[in-house]
Amino acid sequence: MYVRRLELVDFRSYPRCVVEFEPGCSVLVGPNGVGKTNLVEALGYVSTLDSHRVATDAPLVRAGATSAVIRSEIVHEHRSLSVELAIEPGKANRARLGGSPVRRARDVLGALRMVLFAPEDLALVRGDPAERRNYLDHLLVARQPRYAGVRADYERVLKQRNALLRTAYLARKTGAGTRDLSTLDVWDVHLASHGAELLAARLELCAALGPHIAKAYDAVAAGRGRAGIAYRSRVPIEPADRESLSAALSAALVESRPSEVERGMTLVGPHRDDLLLTLGELPAKGYASHGESWSMALALRLAAYELLRTEGIEPVLALDDVFAELDAGRRERLAELVGSAGQLLITCAVAEDVPAALRGARYEVSEGEVHRA
Amino acid sequence: MYEGAIQDLIDELGRLPGVGPKSAQRIAFHILSADPTDVKRLAVALQRVKEQVRFCTTCFNVAEAEQCRICRDPRRHDDVLCVVEEPKDVVAVERTGEFRGRYHVLGGAINPLEGIGPDHLKIRELMARLADGSVKELILATDPNTEGEATATYLALLVKPMGLAVTRLASGLPVGGDLEYADEITLGRAFEGRRAI
Repeated sequence: MYVRRLELVDFRSYPRCVVEFEPGCSVLVGPNGVGKTNLVEALGYVSTLDSHRVATDAPLVRAGATSAVIRSEIVHEHRSLSVELAIEPGKANRARLGGSPVRRARDVLGALRMVLFAPEDLALVRGDPAERRNYLDHLLVARQPRYAGVRADYERVLKQRNALLRTAYLARKTGAGTRDLSTLDVWDVHLASHGAELLAARLELCAALGPHIAKAYDAVAAGRGRAGIAYRSRVPIEPADRESLSAALSAALVESRPSEVERGMTLVGPHRDDLLLTLGELPAKGYASHGESWSMALALRLAAYELLRTEGIEPVLALDDVFAELDAGRRERLAELVGSAGQLLITCAVAEDVPAALRGARYEVSEGEVHRA
Repeated sequence: MYEGAIQDLIDELGRLPGVGPKSAQRIAFHILSADPTDVKRLAVALQRVKEQVRFCTTCFNVAEAEQCRICRDPRRHDDVLCVVEEPKDVVAVERTGEFRGRYHVLGGAINPLEGIGPDHLKIRELMARLADGSVKELILATDPNTEGEATATYLALLVKPMGLAVTRLASGLPVGGDLEYADEITLGRAFEGRRAI
């Protein structure tokens, strides 16, 4: 799969801009702050309907404009497909696939598969557990879109259950008597069954990711200890089949019910879990240096890329501002790892940072403009 | 802004579900230019719906008498009861022509986010109907969403000790459509619920 064309209208710093890409390596070069990342961000948005930099859409629209448009042309197995997204903050995005409007913007998901690594990904290692849960869940959905529904169902049940616990908590606190908790058993049943489905999928994903992470970390870090991941849950996760997990979750809910009623929220389930990242014997969070943390974050993305690739989906790989952080040896090793990518998009401020093996097509990015060099 | 009566009508129409300001304006001007007898008929229909329609005392479907048309029908089977959320669901099941039993309308689904618990639904009344043992099968036809599923589970747990058969509608692919147009979530569920033939 590769991106053949990207057109931006009023997206971030670009009033209008068209870039034609080819398979293989493309290097986007330009000084800091001219909008290199905006280009990969736009493609990331086509791929996930989310920006990797901001939570809301408003910053994506150029100041003064009311809406932004991203048009892209993606080639997959010799067929070309156009994906167009119109972003209007406060309104639902409008999308076109192959020229025809689609009912929901999320119908375009899957048209472009892309793995993006950006400096923000340092939060995967240093940030809250939510960052790592999202990493796992996004990858789950990329592999099997059905999990978008599983996750949404789980979150809905969780919201309802929390609402029930919250009203009971408030009723108790204001002395209005204990409120009816008779439906809590029902929400437990559904939380356990949706939760087990999500949990089983995450565990299976972790097992598949493990070797890829070790290999990728080995390539990009100076080889101090082996990188590993372990899923952390308050619920026993062995054996990892759905039925056992559902039973384990149910038991955990029964056990924690007194404290849940006490605090008015759901305290066990996949929404409280974490992914433990380890370097050698030590957890990466808190122990790893900046360089090690950064390498770990990169390894997580590269592992996701390798996993999708081994499963027959060849995603586009985008590395935003990666090479400046690496010494010469590690640059070469990374180049070896990703050199065979179907399409690799690299942004950098200094072209010489990119190893010779990856110097494919070169694009000069200046204020609001992109030119093929 | 228009003045007087026409703006009042636009405002009132705009408060209806699914009617935006543009549609409200279009309907208002349609009514203005329509034949007076047609408009009269609409006005009478609106008035009658509030004055005459009540809820069936047995199943809580909409009715014009003490009991609704279905509860009064002696040809209906008494041993199968289909539980739905809203009166409009009764109409949907009736359109199939498949079901010859009777209904029970809950008046919604369990939804803690909106403060709706079992006490707000016609569940006590349902249990009273089941008490005499004449119902042999209970079909749970609540919506296939989070709240509908929770309501179905709640009812299933509640009637379990009574020993009657409890069934849930299947969920899966729409009939007559193309597989390719099914969204991945529906198709994924259909895969999970597949059966041997």
